[in-house]
Amino acid sequence: MRAPSSELPIQFHGVTVTAGGVTILDDIALTLASGPPTVLIGPNGSGKSTLLRLAMGLLAPSRGRVTWGGLELVPPLKRAIVFQRPAMLRRSAAANLRFALRAAGIPHAEHARRIAELLELVGLHALADRAARRLSGGEQQRLALARALARDPAVLFLDEPTASLDPIATKAVEDIIRTVSERNIKVVMATHDLGEARRLAGEIIMLHRGRIVETGAAASFLDAPQTAEARAFLAGELLI
Amino acid sequence: MPDGPSALQLVLSGDPALFAIVRLSLYVSLSAVALAALIGIPLGAWIALTRFPGRQGVIVLLNALMGLPPVVVGLAVYLALSRSGPLGAFGLLFTPSAMIVAQTVLVTPIIAALTRQTIEDLWIEYRDELTAMNLGPLGRVMALIWDARFSLVTALLAGFGRAAAEVGAIIIVGGNIEGFTRTMTTAIALETSKGDLPLAVGLGLVLISIVIVVNALAWSMRRAGERLAG
Repeated sequence: MRAPSSELPIQFHGVTVTAGGVTILDDIALTLASGPPTVLIGPNGSGKSTLLRLAMGLLAPSRGRVTWGGLELVPPLKRAIVFQRPAMLRRSAAANLRFALRAAGIPHAEHARRIAELLELVGLHALADRAARRLSGGEQQRLALARALARDPAVLFLDEPTASLDPIATKAVEDIIRTVSERNIKVVMATHDLGEARRLAGEIIMLHRGRIVETGAAASFLDAPQTAEARAFLAGELLI
Repeated sequence: MPDGPSALQLVLSGDPALFAIVRLSLYVSLSAVALAALIGIPLGAWIALTRFPGRQGVIVLLNALMGLPPVVVGLAVYLALSRSGPLGAFGLLFTPSAMIVAQTVLVTPIIAALTRQTIEDLWIEYRDELTAMNLGPLGRVMALIWDARFSLVTALLAGFGRAAAEVGAIIIVGGNIEGFTRTMTTAIALETSKGDLPLAVGLGLVLISIVIVVNALAWSMRRAGERLAG
């Protein structure tokens, strides 16, 4: 358990991102505060990944500002992200975690204990010495989660963490996300799986064509969406 | 054909003169590859990770330099090391050191160009992760070189193959002096022109065997390493 960190709230002030003449995000105003997981939903290409990269600080807005605890350009010391397709370092599972711990400046004396804890948390302790790139898709995703948590983050961003996983692997990942959230780490995740949004979300933000269509507490959003786009998306229609 | 021992007999008898030639060849080529690695790997990694004006031109040039003609390198190093050249004061011409210098010049572009390609490909894969981990430039380079180590071994092998096989550069700057700067390739060139074909063939067999053994060792190292590290 931790005290709320200076990373939060993360605020978007009129943020627009354009690339090659295409507007990817359009005038986003948003506050990500501590609390249960925030889930971004929306069709492919709606801007979910770009929004996560902005919030992580990997991408600078074309217009507008992103602030962390009221400050701009805060280095990502207490933020971590799991990408949609995490790159596994060409090392063992344990060495991937050791690398992240070293990058985060964690004292060497704590590495062995932290690696054991993290592997235990994601259920990979039996595979510590296995080459990370030889792990299955689900195992790699769990290792990527452990590697992100090695930074001891206050905020964890997840980009479609269960895309292309089977139900068993999906459940394992979702259980970890729940545990993480219970440890008071703010989870912000993108998904286009409505079932997953229903299982994990405290708050839902729906994006469509680079704009926020609707936000709200998960229960009210899912049961009584206010906008036509959200109703269409929830009804399983193809939003184009 | 002159009378004398056959190629096989020469090799099997462990002739001390032959042994000295083999030893010098390995000393020169391995030293050159080590020096070229010290220059070429950091240089290739730096070009891979840095954006600067004229970068495309540098990459094209580096790739072109992989095909440097050894005799031209030999001539350039000869001019630099000769008495009246800029490095003449060191008195290196016609010594093994001059041969190492020439082969280093020859091999460095090969290692640098292959390193650049390898590191750049890996960087595309790792960029997001390493940036998200807030890793500094030095940390990135170290991580990339370490994770590319098995591919970089191949770059070193390419360099070694080039150095071990070339004759044009070292015959110019070394002079093929018996017992001092005579290597396998310069000896083969000399013995062939003299007509002592058994010795030339013997040396050729030894040279090919060494290249095969070095490659086999590196290959099994790579296989074992990849099994452990993925």
